[in-house]
Amino acid sequence: MEKIAGQSILNSLETQFEAFEKGLNGQSQSAAHAVRKEAFTSLMNSGFPGPKSEEYKFTNFTKAVEKNFELNAANADFGLSNTQVSGTQIQGLDAHKIVFLNGVYSSDLSDNIQVEGLKVESLAEGFKSNSALSQENFGTKAKFAEDAFVALNTAFSQHGVTIEIADKAVIEKPIVLYFIGDSSKAELSYHIRNIVVAGKFSQATIIEKFDTVGEHKSFTTSVNEISVSESAHLRFFKIENDTEQAYHISNIHASQGANSNFKVFTFSLNGAMIRNNLNVKLQAEGIETYMNGLYLLDGKTHVDNHTVADHMMPNCYSNELYKGIMDGSSKGVFNGKIFVRPDAQKTNAFQSNKNILISDRATVNTKPQLEIWADDVSCSHGCTTGQLDMDALFYLRARGIPRDKALAILLKAFANDVLETVENEAIKEYLAAIIETRLEK
Amino acid sequence: MLSIKNLHARIEEKEILRGINLEIKPGEVHAIMGPNGSGKSTLASVLAGREDYEVTEGSVEFLGKDLLEMEADFRAREGLFLAFQYPIEIPGVSTTNFMKTAVNQIREHHGEKALDAVSFLKLMKEKMKLVEIDQALLSRSLNEGFSGGEKKRNEIFQMAMLEPKLAILDETDSGLDIDALKVVAHGVNTLKNKDNATIVVTHYQRLLDYIVPDFVHVLYNGRIVKSGTKELALELEARGYDWIKEEADATA
Ligand SMILES: Nc1ncnc2c1ncn2[C@@H]1O[C@H](COP(=O)(O)OP(=O)(O)O)[C@@H](O)[C@H]1O
Ligand SMILES: [Mg+2]
Repeated sequence: MEKIAGQSILNSLETQFEAFEKGLNGQSQSAAHAVRKEAFTSLMNSGFPGPKSEEYKFTNFTKAVEKNFELNAANADFGLSNTQVSGTQIQGLDAHKIVFLNGVYSSDLSDNIQVEGLKVESLAEGFKSNSALSQENFGTKAKFAEDAFVALNTAFSQHGVTIEIADKAVIEKPIVLYFIGDSSKAELSYHIRNIVVAGKFSQATIIEKFDTVGEHKSFTTSVNEISVSESAHLRFFKIENDTEQAYHISNIHASQGANSNFKVFTFSLNGAMIRNNLNVKLQAEGIETYMNGLYLLDGKTHVDNHTVADHMMPNCYSNELYKGIMDGSSKGVFNGKIFVRPDAQKTNAFQSNKNILISDRATVNTKPQLEIWADDVSCSHGCTTGQLDMDALFYLRARGIPRDKALAILLKAFANDVLETVENEAIKEYLAAIIETRLEK
Repeated sequence: MLSIKNLHARIEEKEILRGINLEIKPGEVHAIMGPNGSGKSTLASVLAGREDYEVTEGSVEFLGKDLLEMEADFRAREGLFLAFQYPIEIPGVSTTNFMKTAVNQIREHHGEKALDAVSFLKLMKEKMKLVEIDQALLSRSLNEGFSGGEKKRNEIFQMAMLEPKLAILDETDSGLDIDALKVVAHGVNTLKNKDNATIVVTHYQRLLDYIVPDFVHVLYNGRIVKSGTKELALELEARGYDWIKEEADATA
């Protein structure tokens, strides 16, 4: 048999999976567990992406996990103080707050949400009670056969949330999901699955934020399966500002109904290695999809954004704007796929990826990938990578502004295009402050 | 104020300034004229500190200090200002938002307190009036979609805000209609006093009707080949540059 990649991880996971199954107490006959087992078998048979994998070509996550993690023991107990926990949260944000500690839902720290039209439940509870929401959605959008890390996440899916927004419900405050990990005693690893169903004509904003506190490394994955129903407006924020020891794989798999509007914002500000998979299926007519991302990297941080806008039906619009600023020996990867299926006439699809390399050790690999099977479409894409505009820098310096300040002004302006698309003021201010501090360092 | 001695500069192996000598005292206006490609903008860029140019010989003293030793931004804080011939566009950066940084950096350099928001706004209003420029324009991305005249007016607005000791106006008149030209000239004349000086780089005599120079220099082939008073500008207007070229080429 051909040797499969990531064998040492698989060996550790085998033991982990047995322990995980034992801990399920009677739920091992549930529908969810059948899916997990299937995913685990698939993972064991196919292994992790090897060095030649097309999808993980520039981001060898398999090697990173093999090199940096043992994955042979349960996580140590969570021991962070309340101050450490709240330190990871967005100050000044008026939100419905859900908190997970080391990947486990904390009812103590989470808000008891009593809002008409909004139902937020712990996924573990949903699995236990075989809730319709968890059964109907688990594993339907994120296909484990297509990505080994999704298979890993699926096999170990137990914690996370189900968010159900009723038809016509307008949820004013954002729903923010904080995942806080304690890596002060040992390496930390956990996998999160969220299921989101936004009903017809509903409106909501969801934020997902993973943070690790501690010296040791963390490896976390998250998979969001999202349904944006007819005429719903959903905003989803992924805020990544974790430590230099944090390895994270994020998955957002969404499908949209007619006339719905879905905006996804991905801010990657710090971490060791981050892979963001964002996959949106435009399954009906009149849909709008926005994918906006900013990666501001330094040190050895490696961030890979893989996005797919899959136009399946006519008269839809997608617009993607990703910008990157890379300093130190950081590495950026952008792969943006736009599919326009034969039925998707009158599609408008736009994509732009712009990168600035500040240091000559920083690198970026950017690749647009348009596959168009319909003839009456308007698509455009553009990728640029460059150094800072030296004439602009000279102009500002000629007005008396010192080099580093002038640099910060220009980079902030570059990043602002993405930041300006954030409607929520508290989120925008929070991000602007981080970006400003980073650029003025 | 400014003392240029035997200045030579080149870009990519090509010598462009080939021995410039020029003395400027406080209160003076000097015009530098000359055919296209003679090195006027190069001289302005070298003085402003653009690093693409390499000074190979000579010296420049500005207010008693070695100018060539200073970084571009330091020169500006010391009081040197260049109004660009081709002001560039900077997307996402408005004049208002970088002017506040610039003004306060210069104040700090001279040991003065930073302006608060109210005082800064007051200063802006006053200078806007001087060059008849609109606040809305200053809040837009720098020079993006500006007309030629708006770009030049914006340069003079910035000069008014920063109150330099030595201003170099590089063809600020080119592309301006007569009304805009008068506005720009009025701005420059209002800012003029006995302690500052101006270098007006121009191709045409027209601007010098409004900004009256004390001295006129003709730059040709990287050298000042003729100096005189404002009558020289009129002569150039009447006779063109060919006689200058012939004279210079004959002695070269
Ligand atoms: N960046 C550059 N690279 C190469 N040659 C240049 C550059 N800038 C200017 N030059 C050359 O230097 C000479 C002087 O140019 P410039 O100073 O712009 O003249 P002026 O302003 O008097 O018209 C010209 O021959 C021009 O082609
Ligand atoms: Mg010129």
